[in-house]
Amino acid sequence: MIKRLAKCIREYKVFTVLSPIMVVAEVVLSVLIPLYMADLIDKGIDVGNMDVVRSIGFKLLILAILSMVFGVLGGIFASTGAAGFASNVRRDMYYNIQKFSFSNVDRFTTAGLVTRMTRDITQVQMCYMMLTRMLFRAPTSVVFALVAAFRINSRLPLVFICVLPVLAVGLFLIMKFAFPLFEKVFSLFDKMNTVVQENVRGIRVVKTFVRENEEINKFDSVSTEVRDTSVKAERIVVANAPLMTFCMYACMLLISWIGAKMCVNSSMTTGQLMSMFSYVMQILMSLMMSSMLILMLTMSKAAAKRIIEVLDAETDIAQPESPVTEIKDGSIVFDDVDFAYGSAKPCIKDASFTIKSGQTVGIIGGTGSGKTSLVQLIPRLYDVKEGSVSVGGTDVRELDLETLRKSVAMVLQKNVLFEGTVAGNMRWGNENATDEQIIEALKTAQAWEFVSKLPEGLEAPVEQGGNNFSGGQRQRLCIARALLTQPKIIIFDDSTSAVDTATERAIREGLKTTMPECTKMIIAQRISSVKDADMIIVLDNGRISGIGTHDELMAGNTIYQEVYDSQTKGGDFDER
Amino acid sequence: MSDKETRKKSNEEQGRGPGTMAAAHGKIRLDKNSVKLFGRLMGFMKGRELGLFVTALALMIVTALVSVRSSTFTGTIIDDYIKPLVGTADPDFAPLLRAIMFMGGLYLLSIIVNFFYNRILVNVSNSVLKKIRITLFKHMQKLPIKYFDARPYGDIMSIYTNDVDNIRELMSNSIPNVVSSLLTVVTIFFAMIKISVALTGVVLATVVVMYVITIFLGGASAKYFSLRQKSLGRMNAYAEELLNGIKVVKVFCHEEQAKAGFDVRNEDLFRKTAKANRLANALMPIMVNIGNLQYVVLAMVGGAMAVNGTAGITLGKLAAFLLLSRNFTRPVSMISQQINTVVMALAGAGRVFELIDEAPEVDEGKVTLVKEDGKYFWKSPDGTLTELKGDIRMHKVDFSYTGDKLVLEDIDLFAKPGQKIAFVGSTGAGKTTITNLINRFYDVADGGVTYDGININDIKKDDLRRSLGMVLQETNLFTGTIADNIRFGKPDATDEEVIAAAKLANAHDFIEKLPEGYETVINGTGSQLSQGQCQLLSIARCAVADPPVMILDEATSSVDTRTEVLIQRGMDALMHGRTTFVIAHRLSTVMNSNAIIVLEHGKIIERGDHDDLLAQKGKYYQLYTGKTE
Repeated sequence: MIKRLAKCIREYKVFTVLSPIMVVAEVVLSVLIPLYMADLIDKGIDVGNMDVVRSIGFKLLILAILSMVFGVLGGIFASTGAAGFASNVRRDMYYNIQKFSFSNVDRFTTAGLVTRMTRDITQVQMCYMMLTRMLFRAPTSVVFALVAAFRINSRLPLVFICVLPVLAVGLFLIMKFAFPLFEKVFSLFDKMNTVVQENVRGIRVVKTFVRENEEINKFDSVSTEVRDTSVKAERIVVANAPLMTFCMYACMLLISWIGAKMCVNSSMTTGQLMSMFSYVMQILMSLMMSSMLILMLTMSKAAAKRIIEVLDAETDIAQPESPVTEIKDGSIVFDDVDFAYGSAKPCIKDASFTIKSGQTVGIIGGTGSGKTSLVQLIPRLYDVKEGSVSVGGTDVRELDLETLRKSVAMVLQKNVLFEGTVAGNMRWGNENATDEQIIEALKTAQAWEFVSKLPEGLEAPVEQGGNNFSGGQRQRLCIARALLTQPKIIIFDDSTSAVDTATERAIREGLKTTMPECTKMIIAQRISSVKDADMIIVLDNGRISGIGTHDELMAGNTIYQEVYDSQTKGGDFDER
Repeated sequence: MSDKETRKKSNEEQGRGPGTMAAAHGKIRLDKNSVKLFGRLMGFMKGRELGLFVTALALMIVTALVSVRSSTFTGTIIDDYIKPLVGTADPDFAPLLRAIMFMGGLYLLSIIVNFFYNRILVNVSNSVLKKIRITLFKHMQKLPIKYFDARPYGDIMSIYTNDVDNIRELMSNSIPNVVSSLLTVVTIFFAMIKISVALTGVVLATVVVMYVITIFLGGASAKYFSLRQKSLGRMNAYAEELLNGIKVVKVFCHEEQAKAGFDVRNEDLFRKTAKANRLANALMPIMVNIGNLQYVVLAMVGGAMAVNGTAGITLGKLAAFLLLSRNFTRPVSMISQQINTVVMALAGAGRVFELIDEAPEVDEGKVTLVKEDGKYFWKSPDGTLTELKGDIRMHKVDFSYTGDKLVLEDIDLFAKPGQKIAFVGSTGAGKTTITNLINRFYDVADGGVTYDGININDIKKDDLRRSLGMVLQETNLFTGTIADNIRFGKPDATDEEVIAAAKLANAHDFIEKLPEGYETVINGTGSQLSQGQCQLLSIARCAVADPPVMILDEATSSVDTRTEVLIQRGMDALMHGRTTFVIAHRLSTVMNSNAIIVLEHGKIIERGDHDDLLAQKGKYYQLYTGKTE
């Protein structure tokens, strides 16, 4: 796991390496300080030699200043390294997400991707910064303090070695019992947040059904669970402090007892004993720090895991090895196609049909009958499970992805406009489109009539999600955006549902005259939208129940007849 | 749209997440307001918790005293017990042993006490956090819809996650740390004074230096943290927008541009983060080494004093003082490290209390709903019963969300018991607003809306809403089984009732096909189901509640017309004998209504049944036929 994330360090390796070096230097210096202190007391103060006091004191001053400089530099390098690392991880994730297929996106869900890119990364960044600063500090501190202690006296530090196993076993036990509990706490937090989120989003439903008390009970039970589990987990962790103090005090007492005897029989000076005490403190402090670090690491483990899942996710729609980069025309052939999302039950079965270039094709079917699934196979947003889909006579799996998607424009059911201007959104379709081309497309999509009325015209601002436009206006803008790609095939996935019938008819007629060569596929709920199509495909439960013109289907397809009857000649409402 | 704009703006101004208060001031400041906030936070501790907390504080004093005693211990042991023995022929170790045993006892006490107060604090802090959460949630349930409409979901969520998290950090980390640090500082201070006033002066001078540095560096880093917060907000917003639109990005092969836009924001965030952390990181080594410098200075000054024998300083006393001084600066720098956390937590507490102080929905209604012999009655405070018939009238209603722009103007309408009334009109015409007034999500002046002749403001809100079933376009399902979701409408519904409701909504067939039928667990967004299927569930949820009056707001907009015809039969059965309000843009849904009301810009422009309106050849005719006359 660490290895995978370490790949993201890249240009910040310098900082990541420098930071521990600085830290180690700082630690070495801070270990030397008590050593000189001992000298200062023994050789200076004890013998009343102020010259020695001054010269050693001077050295000590310099050491402390150097140690500060190294410490500050270490902190600076660590923060730059960590921020850089986080920004690389974020970029890698984002870039990889851009490669994702639709099924990858479905699997992670967009909300899941957002949390991974924000909260999880922040967590890992904090951990990384702590790591670069602390990972080397604690062990070096222990090693140097030990070395220094042994230099003073070769037997006394052995006391410390005796206490160490107690500490290690204690820490191990704490971690072992606390970790699973913390994992549980985190998943409970997720659960609690879900309750809040659903409540806030569905507050109208809650109030309508007067379910406030039940919601409070639901929240109460999960927050009680959070409290109880946190208490259990934290209670184990706080045992850390008494364990540490126990070891520290035990060492102090043993050292004062044994040290006293050594002092008395002159195998050690009192100054040295003093230094010994400060080394004991230093070592134990470092160990305490390491134990906190380990705890933090495990807390970030979950976040790191979630990030790596995204980093390592391979798109399941790969570019073919020797892609065909030319698409002859807008003909489409489905040959015995089966399709399913992931391992779910197939939602398209045995679909076979041929569409000639330039034809207009309607698709009609009930809720969940597979209309959207069917058309998503054409620009290869998903891959078929069985059979094949060909565009312009070539299997889509052999076509260059970019060529294919640029030739197949799709107006999605859940369409999105982006923050910016109308023109900016339009240029998604074609970066180099001139204003004239954009106006042309807007006119065809029957959007120019309202865009031209906006005070800023093409430069009118678009809010996030296009919220400053009505549903019908948004749909027309999205159609115009798709038209600008000048595609060979254009697919409308129920994308005129909020546009009234008259306008819709005008759009269809506009398409016919401006893009006669382009194959048009229209998914619709209204018969009136597809009535004039060259061919209508009726889907039922993932199977094609009938193909033909309006008149043919009216004569021979019961489902089509039922749909027709259910609508007779009702119009839809939209603002004009 | 205007409320959406203000909402967005306020969001930008406030910035989101922790550190905002520090950001607003640009420097660390703990003013009167912070003290008040802190006081209110502590107010969550009551009875048992308060007792436990005080006990924990008392226990902390014990450990602080022991730790001070321990730092003088090394000095005394050297001066009083070891030195005299050095050079003696037959050293008597008994006093030394006694001293060590005595300290050992103290240490043991301190360890035990430490163990207990930590456990107590864990209990107290988690209980308090739970109390805060449940208080928040309970209060939130009482807030009017206006509150939710005026805020992005993310802002409310962030109170429960970020803000409470920061308070948690304060409770379980900062408070114990600061308290025990302060105790240590105070006790050590007196111990130091006892040894040498002059040397204590040196120590105090360094504390002043440390204070100045903390204020300076802390303030600067707070400024950068606020910049970072804004930059983070921009990055997140961009990522969120582009990730939500990822399918569009892919359809348009717009990946490269999406990457470029991201890189700009990512780079900016990197710079700000690096700067903010740089300053915060520098704080600790500076503090520690000021401690080291002080140590050296003390050794030199104290050494000189010891050599010259000034002010009764001995080697042992100097040693003790040196240790004390280390133990003194450590908690001081510890406190300085906590300042950022405290400021962030208080900023979080500010937002928590803001929610808690939000005025709840007013409910002065006294008329209640009672059910007797299968019939509903309105029961007024004097005990008289009026049968619930479903006669709803609006009289000259004007309404505005913001106070300036009228959303509804002069609305007069009546629904006789059992009638189906439809509202049609474009986005923003005020259709949903009318239903918001009927169920009192928003309030109008007295007498504006009556229900069976009773002013709805006199009806107890819960009972009013119980009498109104609603199916909304946004289905808002909840994590749980399908059956649980249907049962949301009636918690005590039997399995048979649930299935009957599902059949009525034509949802039974697809539910049966799910891997575990009615026991299939779905998540809140219903991502395993199609939009149309979610709507069928939400209809079933309303059907099981069996409300006397129903409001259907675009209830079948995502259901295909053929399925709609199938539901229609069930719906017609459901609507039979109930007053029903229907909002739909698909005119086939509303054709058979008793009255169709056409709204435009908040005004009623046409009304009548289908045939009347066609004959009028007005807006409705235009919409229905797709022709402009």
